[in-house]
Amino acid sequence: MSDSGKGQALAIKLVARHIEEIRRHGEATYPHECCGLLLGRVVSGEKQVSETYAAQNSREEGAQHNRFLIPPEAVREAEQHARLKKIEILGFYHSHPNAPARPSQFDLDHAWPFYSYVIVSVRDRKSEELTCWRMRDDRSCFDSEEMTRTEE
Amino acid sequence: MGLRVLLPTALRHLVGNEEEVQLSGGTVAEVMGDLVAKFPELRKHLYNAEGKLRNFVNVYVNDEDVRYLQDEKTPVKENDVVSIVPSIAGGSIAAIEQTFAGVELSNEEVARYSRHLIMPEVGMEGQKKLKAAKVLLIGTGGLGAPLGLYLSAAGIGRIGLVDFDVVDFSNLQRQVIHSTQDVGRPKLLSAKDKILGINPHIQVDTYETMLRSDNAMEIIREYDVVIDGTDNFQTRYLVNDACVLLGKPNVYGSIFRFEGQASVFYAKEGPCYRCLYPEPPPPGLVPSCAEGGVLGILPGTIGLVQATEAVKLILGRGRTLIGRLLLYDALEMKFRELKLRKNSSCPLCGENPSIKALIDYDQFCGITPPAPVAATHKEEAVDMTPEELKARIDGGTAPLIVDVREPHEFDICRIPNSILIPLGQIPARMNELDKNAEIVVHCKMGGRSAKAADLMRKSGFTNVLNLTGGILRWADKVDPRMPKY
Repeated sequence: MSDSGKGQALAIKLVARHIEEIRRHGEATYPHECCGLLLGRVVSGEKQVSETYAAQNSREEGAQHNRFLIPPEAVREAEQHARLKKIEILGFYHSHPNAPARPSQFDLDHAWPFYSYVIVSVRDRKSEELTCWRMRDDRSCFDSEEMTRTEE
Repeated sequence: MGLRVLLPTALRHLVGNEEEVQLSGGTVAEVMGDLVAKFPELRKHLYNAEGKLRNFVNVYVNDEDVRYLQDEKTPVKENDVVSIVPSIAGGSIAAIEQTFAGVELSNEEVARYSRHLIMPEVGMEGQKKLKAAKVLLIGTGGLGAPLGLYLSAAGIGRIGLVDFDVVDFSNLQRQVIHSTQDVGRPKLLSAKDKILGINPHIQVDTYETMLRSDNAMEIIREYDVVIDGTDNFQTRYLVNDACVLLGKPNVYGSIFRFEGQASVFYAKEGPCYRCLYPEPPPPGLVPSCAEGGVLGILPGTIGLVQATEAVKLILGRGRTLIGRLLLYDALEMKFRELKLRKNSSCPLCGENPSIKALIDYDQFCGITPPAPVAATHKEEAVDMTPEELKARIDGGTAPLIVDVREPHEFDICRIPNSILIPLGQIPARMNELDKNAEIVVHCKMGGRSAKAADLMRKSGFTNVLNLTGGILRWADKVDPRMPKY
């Protein structure tokens, strides 16, 4: 399974409830982008998400239709929250209002390795395709990350 | 001395799955230097190509962000805890934002666009977006022709055309929006007729002008997508700069002989043309299609790549050529692509831009305006007109006529009694000629022969004259039966 160019091959497991939360968040902030964190544990090569953590989009109002920013203070706050629960940051989610659920060059330029990037496309306040991506360790591109859904 | 550096989960697999590492150094810069020296895999994630910390990498000393201390010069001591904290940024693929609320399709339009409407990627919503969209075509020549035909057929609601030329016989080999009966007509009128013939439901705006620094912003501002179909560097930089300044996507295409290129330059999402080519090539180095020729079908292929990208930008569907340069070789029938990166020090779209308004593009590209050239060289009498040459031939005092075009051009038409030495062979073969003889050099339009004359004068030729306007002017003024190409 392991491919050195791609780093560790991990899959991500999300509970149906978390996917719903991400979709609702994207619909609520439409036509602006929503963003948040995915917290959980890595268990035998699988990222198991145990909660979503909604964040404020800190970009200026005029840019929020196609940009999001989670500043370091907010990431630290989420880290502290995670540490108390003995879990860690596994990735992030954000929405693409009126655009496909595919990572942009801008996403790639700002991406971190290892983390899962869940993207949900939202059109006319309705969430559509939801995808998950991970950047290769050489920063060359994103690969689609295997995503499994469980009921609980 | 040792201190602890805490790493985010993102980086732990690159340091042997440790949450923290022990490092040393007296300042943040030294500690970070020690970190990437011990774990070189981290460098590309923490530093950009210029060796600066990436803007989404944040360093804390204990509980303080070093941006509020002394940045990388912040001193650290034993037992301090240095943390690398991500900030997370991202955003969506370029979708042209526009309101299509209130846009409706008539029954006739529904019938017309039915093959679009039944595709889920377009549908009613997409077709309304196309109808609401405003696309500007700069040039109605080789690239502009297929662009105009297909974008109007696809239902782009408003198409702007910029051109100032008239249709010539030599255009018809590739500029399929113009017909034989249009020769001599302004290209704008001919193109507008064809477009409205295909689709009377759309609006066509014409700008009979050369795009210049003093009108580009005003014209481009009106449109959602700009498509550059021109063939010179001045206009290419002008269109790029105006699009970056106005935040518009610029769909780029270029063609030469059997090869073409296409990309989408959209500084909001990726690189601009200046990130790819910071400086224009020296004038004359890259031949234009008028000088070097172009396969007539090639602009069809490249123009339709541009049309496809424009439609995708408007629909917000698929993966566009933003950040990619598509290269097409018709002889090999191969498409390749190069990855393009945004240049963070780009003077136009980088982090500290120095270009904030349009500039003089003739000067930037090293093109001297024609008027001053004529003035400065007047006294030296370096030119001869076709009429003057004809008079000299008729009077029995013909100078030596040297044609510096290529042999295949010489086969199309030639001035009687001229000898052929292509420009590329002039340096090696000019010693075949008498340095003190009166010599008239010519090419197709006067550009290459000006270079040849210059080379010869620098080598000691005393009486070299350039035929103004080349053999095309000769055909116009002296020999109307001569074929023009």
